[in-house]
Amino acid sequence: MSAALIVDLGLALSILGLGVWTVAARSHNGAVVGYIAYGLLVALVWVRLAAVDVALTEAAIGSGLTGLLLLGVATRLPRSARQPSPTAGRWTRLLAGVLSATVAGGLAAVVLLLPDPAPTLAPSVAANLPATGLGNPVTGVLIAFRAIDTLLESVVLVFAIIGVWSLAPKDGWGERPGWLRPAPLGSALTLLAQLLPPIGILVGIHLFWTGANAPGGAFQGGAVLAAMWVLAMIAGLTRPPAVSRRRLRLVLVIGPALFLAVGVAGIWLAGDFLAYPVAYAKPLILVIEAALTLSIAAALGLLLAGPPEAPSAAERQP
Amino acid sequence: MDLSVMLDHLLAVGGNLLVLALMLPVASLMLAFALGGRHAERIALMTLPLGLAIAVAIAAAVLYGDAPLHTDLGGWAPPLGVALRADGLSAIMLLTTAVVMVAVGLFARADFQAPRGATETRASFAFWTLLLALWAALNAVFLGEDLFNLYVALELLTFAAIPLVCLDGRAPTLAAALRYLMFALLGSVLYLLGAALFYGAYGTLDIGQLAARIGGDDPLEPAALIAAALMTAGLAAKTALFPVHLWLPPAHAGAPAAASALLSALAVKASFFLILRIWFDVMPELLAQMAAQILAALGAAAILFGGVLALRQARLKMLIAYSTIAQLGYLFLVFPLVASPETASLAELRNAPGVWTGGVLQLVSHACAKAAMFMAAGLIAASLGHDRIQDLGGIGRALPMTLFAFGIAGLSLMGLPPSGGFMAKWLLLSAALQSGQWWWMLVILAGGLLTGAYLYRVLAPALFAQNPPPAPVKPVDRSREWVVLGLALISVLLGLVPLSAFSLIQIGRDVSGIGLP
Repeated sequence: MSAALIVDLGLALSILGLGVWTVAARSHNGAVVGYIAYGLLVALVWVRLAAVDVALTEAAIGSGLTGLLLLGVATRLPRSARQPSPTAGRWTRLLAGVLSATVAGGLAAVVLLLPDPAPTLAPSVAANLPATGLGNPVTGVLIAFRAIDTLLESVVLVFAIIGVWSLAPKDGWGERPGWLRPAPLGSALTLLAQLLPPIGILVGIHLFWTGANAPGGAFQGGAVLAAMWVLAMIAGLTRPPAVSRRRLRLVLVIGPALFLAVGVAGIWLAGDFLAYPVAYAKPLILVIEAALTLSIAAALGLLLAGPPEAPSAAERQP
Repeated sequence: MDLSVMLDHLLAVGGNLLVLALMLPVASLMLAFALGGRHAERIALMTLPLGLAIAVAIAAAVLYGDAPLHTDLGGWAPPLGVALRADGLSAIMLLTTAVVMVAVGLFARADFQAPRGATETRASFAFWTLLLALWAALNAVFLGEDLFNLYVALELLTFAAIPLVCLDGRAPTLAAALRYLMFALLGSVLYLLGAALFYGAYGTLDIGQLAARIGGDDPLEPAALIAAALMTAGLAAKTALFPVHLWLPPAHAGAPAAASALLSALAVKASFFLILRIWFDVMPELLAQMAAQILAALGAAAILFGGVLALRQARLKMLIAYSTIAQLGYLFLVFPLVASPETASLAELRNAPGVWTGGVLQLVSHACAKAAMFMAAGLIAASLGHDRIQDLGGIGRALPMTLFAFGIAGLSLMGLPPSGGFMAKWLLLSAALQSGQWWWMLVILAGGLLTGAYLYRVLAPALFAQNPPPAPVKPVDRSREWVVLGLALISVLLGLVPLSAFSLIQIGRDVSGIGLP
């Protein structure tokens, strides 16, 4: 048995175990912690499958930011709702289990039935990559070949922000998001929030910059930047901006707006919407990615910061 | 300028028209979001006529050129790149969307105007940006030609539609929005799984290329069948097809009238449109015939179940919501009627133009009629302060124009001549007769009776009750009544358009599996 196989087996068993743990956990907090660990291990599986871009995204967004969101929910629930209530009877749960197992088994069977070798567009991507000036095929797909998907996905974030903000209580509109409750100053968290961001911001920018030629890109970089911002907000070192701020709104749309503008310019400069003139492809892509990184970081941070709330009496008197 | 010269110009622009249709609402949305305040409303209102003009231009270009419009985005041809395409059916969907959007936008001004002096209000900002967001999402669905791009379009749709449900901000509407979110996300996951399986089996996500591969000589990959089934199940949940309709009535219960109009008239039609495309544009004819029976059985159940439940509702708005479930059922009867072996074997019925026209007419006339009914009910509720059906006796004398609009929209729903709904149901009935599927005839007739019964419950007392009419608490804005009436009239007038005018539907249809010789 080779070492790689042992590692893979260990990973697979740990993931299954964590899955069971997450489902069976007695408290919401426990389940969320299990889920975060599960996400990190899944990221390792993506590394083993040589899909480093997917691994980065899974770790940053699938496990990190989603986990933080779920932890926030678990701690904000009233004490009476902290324990998952066994509302479903034994038979219902059994039925749900059987149904899930059937779906999982069915999918596994179908995946095994897929043609081997799998049809792939990878050679086609590799052949066309030089026209974009990029070295990372994943970025090539995201920002050139299937640019429309990335453009629309970055617009989805704006939709999500509108959705979250629209949950504002009656007198909360225009105020600061109030979902993140800062920890008391002077705790270990404050120290962490002072030490980590300088490094984290560098890592985030590096991930965006390196995305052109190596695994990384706007989403991963933006997620790391957002994490640093959220850390500073949780530690109470900074407060989320008021949602009525014009500058904040501009930061949120600058990425998709610039992407769209370059895309439209492509109609005249390169003959098609979302086409880049070959000579300027790489610089244009880098500018779009930079703007996207900024917008994504702001959007993810604000999604965690929640809807705007009227300031409490204590906050009004500093 | 000469008309034909103008149309030639349109054709020359061609594919860029599609880009414009998709990107105009996106650009307006971002501008409205960034500027905020009273600008959001102004930008949305300015976008309405532009969007309508683009939809008309696309329909004109498709009709005049007698061919679908098509563009490869970024110049990258599928399977590497992503294409947009508008055939006749897409053009009609774009046009319907634009018409309903314009009507709802004009109607909603009174409800969502930012008050003078106020910098910005929550409901106003959210409504106008979400209106544009929903428009972008719908256009993306109707223009998409790539299964993953369509997944992104569905996500846009989900995140635009759900906040509309809870614009009101009360706890029950929040619970309804969450329930909608659960169904919609489950639908998205199933759809995405299906798209991934299609790619795994054929190495392309482009609908045209998939159809060519699947319709070719190679045996069908088993994964393709599973993929189509998963996607259909997911899309059915988003369409609120019986029995996965459970999210729709509560979502409507507390949503603003304008939001309900958008949801029932347009949002649920987008996922239906994709089910149509999967079975008629991607999958081979034989499988479509088998799936058709299942889908139509669920549709028939929806017609009967929705009708009976509509009869039992105490609130006008809930009655209209259950009526949507029933009317969506009719759309699913299109499947066995188009895909029946009898229809296909008749040479002159190849492509079954009658059924297609009937199905599309049902879709378009329901979109206009239902939006008009929700807005009329909104006017009644705003004027009286309630919408309890038993207390609406004599309302015809208090709000004659609103009730007239409600009534003629109901005419189309019932399928009484002359109306778009009548033509639709008539075409479906005759197709059922010709293809020997008499059982679908019974369902259509029973559905018509149920519709008549539940509308009678509202209209008869409203028009003929002798008791003094309920006193309106607030006067109704005459211009809003005109908007509702206009939309209701469109749904009726569709029935007077000669059928030959619907040749637009057929343009580009024959690339489908059904049409292949």
